[in-house]
Amino acid sequence: MEGLKVAEADLVVYVHPSKSNQVRRAVLRQLSSLLFTHDEIFDGVVLAYEVNIPSKRAKVISGLIPYIGVKIKANLLLFSPKPSMLIGGKVVKLGKESIHVVVLGFSSAAIMLEDIREEFKYKIKHGEGVFASSSHKRHVIKAGSMIRFQVKSFDEEILHISGSLLPSNTGCIQWLSKHGTEDGSYADSSLKTSDIQREMQEEGTLNTTTGDKSPNKTQKHKSKKRTRGDR
Amino acid sequence: MGVELQGYDFPVGVVEDGYLSDSEAFASVINVINGVRMAPSLVPQSNKEQYDYLVTVVNPGKRIGQDDEALMATALKALSRAVFRLDAVYHGSLLNNIFMSSIWDYGLDARNALLELITTLATVPDKFLDNCLYTLLHNLRPPSRLKAPFNQSKRWLMRKEEVRREVYLALNCINTLVPLAPARLKILIEKCMPRFTEDKYVLMTYVEGILGLERNEIGKFLGSTVLARVVDLLIDLDVNIPWEDILQEEPNKGIFAIELGECNEDDEYTTIPNMDTLGLVKNTFADKLDGLMVVACEHLKSCSESGHLLEVFERLSEIFQRAMLKLHKSKFTQFLMFYACSLDPDTCGLKFAIMLTDIFISKDEDPDSRMKAIAYLASYLARAKFIPSSLVASILKRLVDWCFEYCQLQDSWVNKISPQADRVFYSGCQAVMYILCFRLRSICDVPQLKQLLFHLPVDSILHHPVLDPLKVCLPLIVQEFLRQAQTARLFKKPMAHSYDNSLESEFSKAFGGIQRLDMFFPFDPYLLKESDRFMRPNFEFWDMVKTTYSDYDSSEGEDSEGEDELKDLGPSNFPKDNDDEDDLDLKIDKMSITPNPSFLHQIATNFDQSSQMPARIRPSQSPPSPRHGFLYTKKEERLDDQKI
Repeated sequence: MEGLKVAEADLVVYVHPSKSNQVRRAVLRQLSSLLFTHDEIFDGVVLAYEVNIPSKRAKVISGLIPYIGVKIKANLLLFSPKPSMLIGGKVVKLGKESIHVVVLGFSSAAIMLEDIREEFKYKIKHGEGVFASSSHKRHVIKAGSMIRFQVKSFDEEILHISGSLLPSNTGCIQWLSKHGTEDGSYADSSLKTSDIQREMQEEGTLNTTTGDKSPNKTQKHKSKKRTRGDR
Repeated sequence: MGVELQGYDFPVGVVEDGYLSDSEAFASVINVINGVRMAPSLVPQSNKEQYDYLVTVVNPGKRIGQDDEALMATALKALSRAVFRLDAVYHGSLLNNIFMSSIWDYGLDARNALLELITTLATVPDKFLDNCLYTLLHNLRPPSRLKAPFNQSKRWLMRKEEVRREVYLALNCINTLVPLAPARLKILIEKCMPRFTEDKYVLMTYVEGILGLERNEIGKFLGSTVLARVVDLLIDLDVNIPWEDILQEEPNKGIFAIELGECNEDDEYTTIPNMDTLGLVKNTFADKLDGLMVVACEHLKSCSESGHLLEVFERLSEIFQRAMLKLHKSKFTQFLMFYACSLDPDTCGLKFAIMLTDIFISKDEDPDSRMKAIAYLASYLARAKFIPSSLVASILKRLVDWCFEYCQLQDSWVNKISPQADRVFYSGCQAVMYILCFRLRSICDVPQLKQLLFHLPVDSILHHPVLDPLKVCLPLIVQEFLRQAQTARLFKKPMAHSYDNSLESEFSKAFGGIQRLDMFFPFDPYLLKESDRFMRPNFEFWDMVKTTYSDYDSSEGEDSEGEDELKDLGPSNFPKDNDDEDDLDLKIDKMSITPNPSFLHQIATNFDQSSQMPARIRPSQSPPSPRHGFLYTKKEERLDDQKI
């Protein structure tokens, strides 16, 4: 799935003096406040972190409240879907006009009827509504199935994705993995190994072009950030 | 009606059999919505009229007939499909009307349709989620036109249950569709809490609803927000009950006054007034607090029945430490903790006591918090019937040890009492005495605990030459404590202490400080009527306390003279209250073995056979009272047997 990346970050966390006997806890708490929020500097939603405090020394800043600036190194798992990326999620609700999907368990996505390609029609099968493909009999999207869709837009505040099922390599993941399509889908046994490698490299270059990353490290980027400490 | 509607092109009577197909409804609604999707000045009049009509259909705002309800349900269902075409600006009045609906008024179909719409609206990115959540929370309140006599009727109670269930279901649906919704819900709960000035029924219904939400699945995402807000509301009401409203017969009320009023023992200490008129003036805040305490206690009870009491208790402890401990003299809210502890004495009751002790002993807390904590602890251990004496004894040990260490650290050259500086110590001593006033007898009833207690350095603390707590602490408590301690022979040397009947002394005022923490007894009898039933079974009234002197005869002097030669405070030197018939069934180990040699010898030989022998045998100094004639008779018989 695209859109997930791991970043190494050098951060400074400012800890309030009242927490100076439990610094690590304060640092973790401060980082926890970043979870599931979109951050511009990291360019993504922080999903998980791993913290390492390298040194036992920290600088005390001068000011009204002498915060302690603790330098940390963190590995962050970031989620940043960009338009035209392919994302997978689980369908929670199907309506005549829309499909509601939940991505990675926390982000809600909706696909409108106008963004669903013509081959899918809304039908009632076995008492529940499904989107069934008219050209491929077994390609069915119903509540609970995992689908892959393309990102149209991403609302950073509420973490909502608007998706589209127009490209042909989108649809129910189970069906797609069995039958494959013209471009872009992997985990298909009919494709040769070299093709898969070629596709991986394409994905890699796709990642480097988005965002400001140094050319040698495609999957990581360093950033310095100042975070206001725990109170 | 049909004529008007045809003019508006709204398909009610269009289809022949009177029913409206979904697609037609949908099509017409889409038309109407699209018709106003432009700058207001450009909207053609006919479109506007249709739109306004749709607005009124969606939320009539009053009781409507079945046909109108069906129409409304259809319109709402059609709108559910069209949510993504709704715009916040162009369709503002429609959306406003939807969000202001109160679903209490409508039948099942309409309610379902409305909730479906709201759930779907919530999924539209970033536009309507907050509004939807707010509407759902708002529907936990009863409709404003529901007045007092009707709100108890069966119909409304059923409706209340149904509405509540549906609101929870809708919130759970939104949670499935938008997983991060609980974060917003948390914020909204904090904002939407009703103020304490609102009507009692509204408050009770809302709090009941919101506590039910906490018990629900979605509750685990909400953390302690709900409980914290409810406790805040209770505190707001609590602090608004003026102290003057708590009636007092005499200004100098005794702390150990008779509280129940029904058992009027003849008391020779006439200064303690009869307090059976202690009550609460009719006060709206007290009334509301009463109702809310009932709701909160019911919630705790149902949590306990479903096995979640411990987590709820943890949250409640945290809230207690944060909010109530810092509060100056809350009157009744702390009984929520009391009730929670009573539901599970072994775990929760224990944790609460230990938490308070830790706060008192910890060096990190400020003195005021420590004093409040010890006041809570003392009152709690004294009044909670469900706390076993063993726990009381172990906590007393900790407290006394702390006080003892404190005494050791005193500089010997300081010879002036300074109550303000040593206030934590004095509050500790007062707490120990207060607890012992209530619990001394029950501790002494258990030999191991009595031994534990008697080995504590209580004597050296209370008679410390410099600090002298007996002068500083509240005289009434000191007096009562000394009376009991003498009867139990806690101290080696009997003391003469002037029975000062004043309630407070200069010193106690000084150590109590501005807040008068020397007179802070948080778990004094509970005065709110309706919620009293939760507290009463577990509450220890002063009248019911068995004191060490309670079955004692009137003459006091006999005690002190008789036992001077007793050096050994070994096992069970039980106070010799000979007049009490109840004590005849005490166990063998309660026998007091006096050092009188002749007596000892004879008793020892008869030990094994004498399981029927009454427990009390007075030492030989004082002549046997006539009542105990039969004791001696029995012994003499045995002795006679021996001789034979």
